[in-house]
Amino acid sequence: MLNRLFRREKLDQGVEKTRAGFFGKIRTLLMAERPIDDDLWDGLEELLIQADVGVQLTDEILDRLRGEHRAGEIQSSKDLFDALQDALATALEEIAPRRTLVERGTLSAVLVVGVNGVGKTTSIAKLGNLWRSQGYNVVLAAADTFRAAAIDQLKIWGERAKLPVIAHQPGADPSSVVFDALTATRARGADVVLIDTAGRLHTKFNLMEELKKVRRVIDKQNVPNVTTILVVDATTGQNAVTQAEQFAKAAGLDGLIVAKLDGSSKGGVIFAVTRAVQAPVLFVGTGEKMDDLSDFDPDDFVEALVGGGNGRV
Amino acid sequence: MATVVFESLSDRLQGVFRKLSSRGRVSEDDLKAALREVRIALLEADVSLKVVKQFVQTVQDKALGAEVLTGLNPAQQVVKIVHDELVEMLGGDGGPSKLATAPTPPNVIMLVGLQGSGKTTTAAKLALLLRKQGQRPLLVAADPYRPAAVTQIQTLGRQLDIPVYHEERRKPPELAQDAVRHAERNGLNYVIVDTAGRLVIDEAMMDEVAEIRRRVHPPEVLLVADAMTGQDAVRVAEQFHQRVGVTGVVLTKMDSDARGGAALSLRSVAGVPIKFIGVSEKLEGLEPFHADRIASRILGMGDVMTLIERAQQLTDEDEAQRLQKKMRTATFDLEDFLDQMTKVRQMGPLDQLLGLIPGMSQALRGQDVNIDEKAMKRIEAMIQSMTPNERRHPEIIGGSRKRRIARGSGTTTADINQLLNQFRQMQKMMKMMSRGKMPAGFPFGPG
Repeated sequence: MLNRLFRREKLDQGVEKTRAGFFGKIRTLLMAERPIDDDLWDGLEELLIQADVGVQLTDEILDRLRGEHRAGEIQSSKDLFDALQDALATALEEIAPRRTLVERGTLSAVLVVGVNGVGKTTSIAKLGNLWRSQGYNVVLAAADTFRAAAIDQLKIWGERAKLPVIAHQPGADPSSVVFDALTATRARGADVVLIDTAGRLHTKFNLMEELKKVRRVIDKQNVPNVTTILVVDATTGQNAVTQAEQFAKAAGLDGLIVAKLDGSSKGGVIFAVTRAVQAPVLFVGTGEKMDDLSDFDPDDFVEALVGGGNGRV
Repeated sequence: MATVVFESLSDRLQGVFRKLSSRGRVSEDDLKAALREVRIALLEADVSLKVVKQFVQTVQDKALGAEVLTGLNPAQQVVKIVHDELVEMLGGDGGPSKLATAPTPPNVIMLVGLQGSGKTTTAAKLALLLRKQGQRPLLVAADPYRPAAVTQIQTLGRQLDIPVYHEERRKPPELAQDAVRHAERNGLNYVIVDTAGRLVIDEAMMDEVAEIRRRVHPPEVLLVADAMTGQDAVRVAEQFHQRVGVTGVVLTKMDSDARGGAALSLRSVAGVPIKFIGVSEKLEGLEPFHADRIASRILGMGDVMTLIERAQQLTDEDEAQRLQKKMRTATFDLEDFLDQMTKVRQMGPLDQLLGLIPGMSQALRGQDVNIDEKAMKRIEAMIQSMTPNERRHPEIIGGSRKRRIARGSGTTTADINQLLNQFRQMQKMMKMMSRGKMPAGFPFGPG
């Protein structure tokens, strides 16, 4: 419980800035007892859009709330605030995790994918560190053989987190790194191998084909539990939706990590993303240090984001 | 759920004006409806709300006072005003801006930005570009924080054979200063300082980058920003501009399918020109910024200019005329066919090219745009397995030749038959075209 509270505070600190920004204004707008008028609706629309929730989804949410208002279910601005929070949380809760990511005594492979610069390598280090601290036996695989020094970067993280890193030379075939890493993970009797892949734009046909091949190699190895996680940068706009769709098509998608939620960005695009690919957010990255990774909890996220109460559990 | 489908602004506006009764002139009510669509289009392209509001206001003022242009319907008129205004706000038609230089060399270029925006890759690309222009650049590794960031830039420097300056355990401001002295002593006239990625809310880190600037007096401080950035672009630009003072923007990852609305936000908030765009992972992938092209892209209207330019790079005038003549006289043979195909392939991956064609980007969005590169490779292999005589006179290819070509290209005789059939169809079509008859359904013919 202490552990949970600790991490909860981290998320709050990260999201705090978000809240202090635009979502904070929602609260000011709604918590003040005021009539529900066009100004209020317009204000809400702007605030959601500025959080990267997207025009279409914002319209949808507000239309539903307007309906509830007309039906008399929402009477005060306070009701509206609760209903908004509800709508946002429900949208995230509807998408439940498909499977456990890691199990003791069962070999799990976790393929981490995403476009360039979202924070894949850092997220892997954090995740490996988290799982190791929970007592799992973790191996890292350096399958980003393209970006200069990506292998070195993972090795440094591996040293810091005391995790073994399976790597080849720069320029090697990522599939062969993955093959070797799976063999090594089996030989060590480890629980999970976290696979770092090269950043690739979802529009690059050849690179997405390469990713499909990596996935095929894993599937052929009869790994009992395979998960693909997409890392999304919290500052990304509406393009995150297309990214997720394309990665889902190439490698399957079981969940997301929202990285860099420690800045001024709102991460609101995850509502559209999770809905498009029907995969939940599993973790959020909230800083540059190794333990700056939190479990994702839809209620907490929305509560911290919209700023109801003090956001503490 | 239905995925978000982006329509181009012109499609949206045509829809609006179709519904309206008034034609020919744009009434104030029509304009309101139209501007609503403009607003949505810009927001979907990730232009920041603040900037969208200003923009819509400007367009409204201009549209109300605008002369009715003959030959354009109301939707086209609004699109034109919006497009022109976008181009204007993005920095006008004046073409790409040059890098500022210092009174005495070396010229320092500082790269700043958020984590993962592409600073290190951009530094290497910029160094390569400068060297191609005959300059002598020095790269400076001033990011001691991210693991292996220094190794990354050193590796890139080795690949390009461009010197990289670094000192262990030296603070970035002092290190940058030392690097400039190093450049002076070694006759290097450009110093590109790659700084660490930082959050605009991180006071200490923002102070540090401001300190670097004070120490090295760079004529250029370039903000490196990801084209896929959402609404936060405004804040990033504001903060970097206030705290450090930027002189230009490099917009990276433009080879994604992001609309790039961040370009408009960055430009209008920081008020500095966008100097380059990153268009590829390759180190040659840094191009000058063209306002008109990005305007079209933000509006979802394709980027014909880039397509034309790429085509022009590969085909010279004489050759185009020679080809035209061949087509007219129907002496276009398999050799020419192979040649053309190779050229098209040199322009870039087919799916990427299609995205540049107006209207194609949304037609293709979300679909598997696997325009079969493999099939094209097979055709290439087949033609390459033919003798020059066979290429010029495909009609001589009989059963035994087909078997040989199939063996040589790793295909089957059925594949060869298909290719030859397609080619005959093509020749027929060319003959018809040269007689002025356009066959129905010809893909690029006039309606």
